[in-house]
Amino acid sequence: MNSTSTHFVPPRRVGIYEPVHQFGMWGDSFKSNIGNGNMNTPTHIIIPNNQKLDNNLSEDTSHGTAGTPHMFDQEASTSRHPDKIQRRLAQNREAARKSRLRKKAYVQQLETSRLKLIQLEQELDRARQQGFYVGNGIETNSLGFSETMNPGIAAFEMEYGHWVEEQNRQICELRTVLHGHINDVELCLLVETAMKHYFELFKMKSTAAKADVFFVMSGMWKTSAERFFLWIGGFRPSDLLKVLLPHFDILTDQQILDVCNLRQSCQQAEDALTQGMEKLQHTLADCVAGGQLGEGSYIPQVNSAMDRLEALVSFVNQADHLRHETLQQMYRILTTRQAARGLLALGEYFQRLRALSSSWATRHREPT
Amino acid sequence: MDKVVRMSSEKGVVIFSKSSCCLSYAVQVLFQDLGVHPTIHEIDKDVECREIEKALMRLGCSTPVPAIFVGGKLIGSTNEVMSLHLSGSLVPLVKPFQANLC
Repeated sequence: MNSTSTHFVPPRRVGIYEPVHQFGMWGDSFKSNIGNGNMNTPTHIIIPNNQKLDNNLSEDTSHGTAGTPHMFDQEASTSRHPDKIQRRLAQNREAARKSRLRKKAYVQQLETSRLKLIQLEQELDRARQQGFYVGNGIETNSLGFSETMNPGIAAFEMEYGHWVEEQNRQICELRTVLHGHINDVELCLLVETAMKHYFELFKMKSTAAKADVFFVMSGMWKTSAERFFLWIGGFRPSDLLKVLLPHFDILTDQQILDVCNLRQSCQQAEDALTQGMEKLQHTLADCVAGGQLGEGSYIPQVNSAMDRLEALVSFVNQADHLRHETLQQMYRILTTRQAARGLLALGEYFQRLRALSSSWATRHREPT
Repeated sequence: MDKVVRMSSEKGVVIFSKSSCCLSYAVQVLFQDLGVHPTIHEIDKDVECREIEKALMRLGCSTPVPAIFVGGKLIGSTNEVMSLHLSGSLVPLVKPFQANLC
């Protein structure tokens, strides 16, 4: 039985709607139904066949019903009750007519939904082009924030909020102790806690990248000024060194040498990753633009691009690894006190960027 | 696997990569920046790609590509190379293989 017809079928009598197959465009399926030995088709029913329509109907009347009892009933009553036949035929015609009307309504509904879907897709594209973050397909509010249904990302955003709060607290504490007196052991502990806090962020990002790598890459969880300096989903390791180095008062010759080497190797590693990313962009673009553009079909291109995108997660992880190692090396080169001052400077730098973001966002508001 | 042992023991820096692997390309760029011309083996172009992958994993690589060998010894993957470089240990390691401009 053609499966689409089941949509119209009321629970009780499947067979009555069989006539739908023969009318209009589906004459062929009727032929094939008969041809492939449909069990319910009794080829031995003898019914006057003046009209083709009646013939089809009558064949069907007897074959499509749910169970054999009906068939036998009709066989038995055929010769004795011609009125019954007529009545049954009329019922069939009526049922078929209603079925056709229902089908027409359903198809119209499908067409409308299809148009609506196309419209929605176009709206989404427009929103994306305008730079709104549109989440993984389901929820997005008018402000364009990433209130996605992706639980991994929602969890990350919440955790990041806590991370920033803890960061601010640590910066405050560092500032206080560096202006006062603190013994080296306690300072060392503070420095290690601060370092671990950064490493914790990289772990969080790694988990989030598995959930939605584009989200991490776009830096959507950061403030706008921070995003301006974005490099593969975070800050540039070389920027970190640029920010920190002026704040160190006395460096030994060995330290100067080490810092110099670190700057160079950091820059080289960064450049290598940048070039790798560019290659990834090129291959992805080639992938997406492959085949014929303008034909309206794109499934193979999209599928092969999906494979390439897995590499993006590796790049994000590698970039964070570079940030991790840069921090680690600075910690190794500097004394505890210097490291503390460095972490304070770095923390405050990011605080300033965040402040810049909110100042910029509110600059058009009326002063109170 | 013999093939892997043979390929990895080649002189200098040997990188096992795949033509589609952009992270392998990044590692290549880094070595070139250091004045080294690594030998690249694109294993996806090899008939025995799967066996090579398995052999590399058995040798201790977390991911089959990129796998970097220096002087026949396995250094590791991108992570290890980056860590070595930032700690200043990579350059001394590849010094014997740097292209000399003399």
